[in-house]
Amino acid sequence: MSTGDVLAVVELEEGAPTPLTLELIALAGTIAEAKGGKAIASCLGAQIEDGLGRELVAGGAAEVHTIANALHEPYQADAWLPDLMALIDEVGPTAILIPHTNAGADLAPRLAFRLGSSVVTGCVEVELGEEEIRFTRLCYGGVAREQLSFKSGPAVATIKAKSFDALPPDESRSGDVIARDSVVTPDQVRTRVVERNTERVVGVRLENANVIVAGGRGIGGPDGFSEAKELAEALDGAVGASRVACDLGWCPPGYQIGLSGKTVAPELYFALGISGAGQHMAGCGNAKTIVAINTDEDADIFASARFGVVGDCREILPHLVEEMRKIKG
Amino acid sequence: MHIAVCIKEIPDPEIAPSLFRVDEEAKRVVPIPGMSPVISPFDEQAMEAALKIRDAMGEGADVRITALTIGAESARGIIKHVLALGADDAVMMSDPAFADSDSYSTAFALSKAIGKLGAVDLILTGRQAADLDAGVVGPGLAELLGVPAITFARKIDVVDGAVRVVRVLGDGSETVEAPLPAVVTVSHELGNVRNASLRETMRAAKKPVEAWAPSDIDVDAGDVGAAGARRSVERFYVPISDSTCEFIAGDGPQAIAGALAQRLVEEKIL
Repeated sequence: MSTGDVLAVVELEEGAPTPLTLELIALAGTIAEAKGGKAIASCLGAQIEDGLGRELVAGGAAEVHTIANALHEPYQADAWLPDLMALIDEVGPTAILIPHTNAGADLAPRLAFRLGSSVVTGCVEVELGEEEIRFTRLCYGGVAREQLSFKSGPAVATIKAKSFDALPPDESRSGDVIARDSVVTPDQVRTRVVERNTERVVGVRLENANVIVAGGRGIGGPDGFSEAKELAEALDGAVGASRVACDLGWCPPGYQIGLSGKTVAPELYFALGISGAGQHMAGCGNAKTIVAINTDEDADIFASARFGVVGDCREILPHLVEEMRKIKG
Repeated sequence: MHIAVCIKEIPDPEIAPSLFRVDEEAKRVVPIPGMSPVISPFDEQAMEAALKIRDAMGEGADVRITALTIGAESARGIIKHVLALGADDAVMMSDPAFADSDSYSTAFALSKAIGKLGAVDLILTGRQAADLDAGVVGPGLAELLGVPAITFARKIDVVDGAVRVVRVLGDGSETVEAPLPAVVTVSHELGNVRNASLRETMRAAKKPVEAWAPSDIDVDAGDVGAAGARRSVERFYVPISDSTCEFIAGDGPQAIAGALAQRLVEEKIL
């Protein structure tokens, strides 16, 4: 059965849909339009705030199903799967889109296999064929790409942040908001979250920053990150890092940009002492302008950069902070 | 306690992107002469997690670690490696029927192999294989086995028949518990892995390695490998970068910083 409908699985943060969720809904609309169906959003949470359904409709959902259950937060696959399966059974979507986040990457394979289908994780492009939908994803540490289609069952894909544009919210869009009863019972949830330590971000969030100053091995140590912070502050930006710098303990793990970290797409990205390995570029390749400073003139980062400096970022950084303060001051 | 660790042989992920080539027709990576394949680093950390659990249980605790892999005959190299690290035995699925699996047919074959092993308490995998980076086999395996899964672990403890995992989140971490048996996928935040000990390396050659064909795990050849795959590869390619880099030079760091700032202003980037 193929309805042409596309289901977007909503991820909430402090009760509101994440920016990636709105990108998903817009993509669901594009695919559904080509397939003769509609964009449907499923919204699971401990409680669903009034107005949330309308917000998702304004973002492009033609139909919103809200399912409230205290077991839905914090996210656990066991608590989400029965409710999603019940909804999918009923609406029979042609494709299911899930945010490519730690929760989404945990959920999608389980859901896909339960549906007897497969899953494309970290999708960055979609091509609509006559029959099939072709999903492109990064592989081999971001160096290569593969385009995949599904042999049977609904297409299930996790969508990488900043790969598709959200629609501008439009209050005049119409859509149905349907509150459903949850079918999940506590005995179905085998995992239990006993503790949670999340850092509240002070200042600009990395994912939303217009300017990012990112440091790698070449930044030299924690002091380099203090300096990077000064540059970021001068530009109202945020600080990021390569995986190496995080693993060395020079900065918090939440700074990590790349395949196993965050995906960003700022206007301006300073790559300081970052070699430009594929797995890092997978997280920042959509930056509009990359400025790279590296001692190695053959570093791969220069292939992606618009401006490059062959030199030691530790020597240049303090002067750059000064220059930026002059410009912004 | 019986721990199964699923490992995969992959092309060395440290290969410089400039050397990486694919055969678009055959949809395969072109091997680089002299570069040996390696164990996927996340799987090596899964192995490390298994050894840490055994260490924590103390001398004399009955902990058996079995490594499983699906791959070409060359994957014997990574099997030897984990046996030298301290795995007790291993299962290799190198029958041609298993070739060109997708995440589904891989997880399916592994679930049947684990079923044949008998009472396995804990199944560990890397968070993703560092070649395709899909991250599907671990949680998918849990689904097929009907057990809970905890993904992106940076610390794993086994206490009273349950597993307690510190799980990496985008903005921090959470501690999650699940009853055994369970699947846990391991993230790089677990930290460094140990080197093989001389004692285990000496013993490794005598440890049992079984070769299982589809019939050994009671499945049809048509349900594994390429035949059992649920997705088709339409294209496999390396995108061409079209950006050119403008190099900024100058007499000393201060002049360079000034010139860079000037260019950013001129181009209205700042």
